[in-house]
Amino acid sequence: MSDTKKMMYINRRAPYGTIYAWESLEVVLIGAAFEQDVSMAFLDDGVYQLTKGQDTKGIGMKNFSPTYAALGDYEVNKIYVEKESLEERGLTLDDLQHLVWEDEDEDYAEKDSIRLVTRAELADVLADQDVLFNF
Amino acid sequence: MKLTIQVNEGPYQHQSSDTAYHFTKAAIEKGHEIFRVFFYHDGVNNGTRLTTPPQDDRNIVKRWSELAEAHNIDMVVCVAAAQRRGIVDDGEAQRNGKDATNIAPGFRISGLGQLIEGGVQSDRLVVFGD
Amino acid sequence: MAMLHLVNKSPYDGSGLNTAATIMRSGDKLLLIEDGVYGAMKNGKAAGLLKGLDVSVLGPDLAARGIPEDKLVDGVTIVDYAGFVDLVDANEQVQSWL
Repeated sequence: MSDTKKMMYINRRAPYGTIYAWESLEVVLIGAAFEQDVSMAFLDDGVYQLTKGQDTKGIGMKNFSPTYAALGDYEVNKIYVEKESLEERGLTLDDLQHLVWEDEDEDYAEKDSIRLVTRAELADVLADQDVLFNF
Repeated sequence: MKLTIQVNEGPYQHQSSDTAYHFTKAAIEKGHEIFRVFFYHDGVNNGTRLTTPPQDDRNIVKRWSELAEAHNIDMVVCVAAAQRRGIVDDGEAQRNGKDATNIAPGFRISGLGQLIEGGVQSDRLVVFGD
Repeated sequence: MAMLHLVNKSPYDGSGLNTAATIMRSGDKLLLIEDGVYGAMKNGKAAGLLKGLDVSVLGPDLAARGIPEDKLVDGVTIVDYAGFVDLVDANEQVQSWL
């Protein structure tokens, strides 16, 4: 049995303009099966991935934003969103989907997955990781 | 050091594949072990044998194939990304009803799990992209 | 644990260098590769971002772009691909700011 590694998926790109946002989510979903200590970070334009109300009918692309809401079911519940990136873009947590997970150790109590952190706090989280995925 | 290298971009469009290649080669020359080179996003396009680059410039696909052969490197092209972009081996052609294959020597098509496994099993994951 | 930060885009064409420079912690190293090497030019506006950081630059990428050493900010170390490998070896984590 291999040791558990702390794996972080770093997201810095907006959705739809490029494929990175979606294809990186595909890695996270597959990665969930490997039972590692997984977290995600959204900073720079990556914060745009989590916004509510995405409607892609007009551009003829698949709307993959519902997938973020399913992350809790894949035990991906440490989702770091960087404060400075939100502020720079005039966004608040209210503009983002409310992502939750169910804690089976606490009677399936619903808890927030999103952790709002400053750049300095995110630096500390990053420093603690074993593997950093970038797309 | 046991290394996994991730290549996110296709040949020529970005320098990523070149830098990844030179890095991988240097690592081998220093005696390090390459666990896997994993091609994702447009990086899967490094795995087509149908390129005909100009004679006076580097042949990116061939260079990867030759490096893999010389040092027994596991070069994996992500199946989902490959299906999207049309990189096909015999298995994929059969499964998806394609009338041709184009995978280059030394590359194999496999799942994203191979990238995760690379991250788990290696000492370092180095990502080259745009 | 020390982290090696890789930046491959020009600071005038992407947020990679700015994010890397502002998120790096003491003991971390920065390696500029590909178009990222333009960030090390001393007369550029971005040069200020590198102040106080441990910066290396990939020599072959400098040469390709015709950037002579005397145009670089003081204190950067020029490495080749072998040196790049050594930097990866010497730092427990590698973060590519694509």
